[in-house]
Amino acid sequence: MLLWVKSTLDSTMGTDLTVAVLSGKGGTGKTLVSVNLAAVAQKATYVDCDVEEPNGHLFFKPTILSSRVVTVPKPVVDQSLCDGCRICTEACAFNALALIGKQLLVFNEVCHSCGLCTTLCPKKALTEVEQPLGVVRQGRHGTVSFEDGILDIGQSEAVPLIKALLKKKHKDLVVIDSPPGSGCLVSEAIMGADFCLLVAEPTRFGAHNLAMVHDLVQILGKPCAVLLNKTEESASNPSKEYALAHNLSIAGTLPYDPKLAALASEGLIATEELGHYHAFFSNLLETIRKEAADASDPHTQR
Amino acid sequence: MIIAIPAETNSLDSATCVSFGRAPYYCLYNTETESSTFMTNLAADSAGGAGIQAAQDLVDQSIGTLITFRLGENAAKVLQAAEIAILKALNLSVADNISALQEGKLAPLGEVHPGFHHGH
Repeated sequence: MLLWVKSTLDSTMGTDLTVAVLSGKGGTGKTLVSVNLAAVAQKATYVDCDVEEPNGHLFFKPTILSSRVVTVPKPVVDQSLCDGCRICTEACAFNALALIGKQLLVFNEVCHSCGLCTTLCPKKALTEVEQPLGVVRQGRHGTVSFEDGILDIGQSEAVPLIKALLKKKHKDLVVIDSPPGSGCLVSEAIMGADFCLLVAEPTRFGAHNLAMVHDLVQILGKPCAVLLNKTEESASNPSKEYALAHNLSIAGTLPYDPKLAALASEGLIATEELGHYHAFFSNLLETIRKEAADASDPHTQR
Repeated sequence: MIIAIPAETNSLDSATCVSFGRAPYYCLYNTETESSTFMTNLAADSAGGAGIQAAQDLVDQSIGTLITFRLGENAAKVLQAAEIAILKALNLSVADNISALQEGKLAPLGEVHPGFHHGH
């Protein structure tokens, strides 16, 4: 009970709130929205979880204060100890091991670092060795605390990097710039969020991808709303139609504006350049805070 | 020698399957006895690493040659470690690809693809 009171007070008073910004496809405006939400919040942490292609740093141009390498354990075989019993190859749930003749092959990019093979090996022929996966960085842009992760080229298993990025508990407003899509990386990025903001384009493809992320946040039980981006007054908007048909709250509508694209191409933050965008994102943040507070209050739950 | 070919169904007139690791069946043709058997690909439904597991299963069947349209790099590593010849399939049935091999009409598989890993 006390915990509930505390969390409700926090969100209504504009303190601790973690918002994840996501979309079913790339290029809808996740980074635009995440960067500007953090920029108008005064005290905020921006976390770029799009570790395969992080680009929040292009806007914040942060002063990097720390950087550390994230490693994952991978099995390494000592062929002289392996007697070819096949316990490891048969136990591996990811088919990351193969035994050809007397040679045990390990496929690192398929391995999920679960440690089962090294635990089961009766000859102790397998040992776990930490191998670099990428880096996480921490920096600052004015009042915004900046964090991002950069996956090493050639790596395909980014989940541990996102885990490392979100391990630290933050105060105040946290804006998570999620990877695109609705797969494991996105699930990992939004798992700890209090609220999900889905950014959608006004196309049929956009509406299709909106439905995919909407399904995901519903499975995870996250309160959510949609931001309709790049809208045009005269044109139909399949994403808006989807939202209305599925009782999905519309937190804001951002009309198509070539000026935004021009600012983005120069790495400028819209809310720092144009007054009406500062007003738009301040309002959007207030709407999110209110919806998140309503969602965590059992008396107003729909 | 045993020749393996990914097959859509378990019969000799089956189309050759375009996928290696996720083919439903493999035809195993024994050139000495001129007989064929069909093996269900247990790796076809794996969440990941299907090509590795399928290659392991074929190596365990002591195949000498694989005829396939394409092959992922991980499966290729397993087959190459076992010194299995890998030939490029023609757009023919399983039986006709076996005949084509015996008539010397099949070329070695030129390249392997990086795989279709989508475990995310």
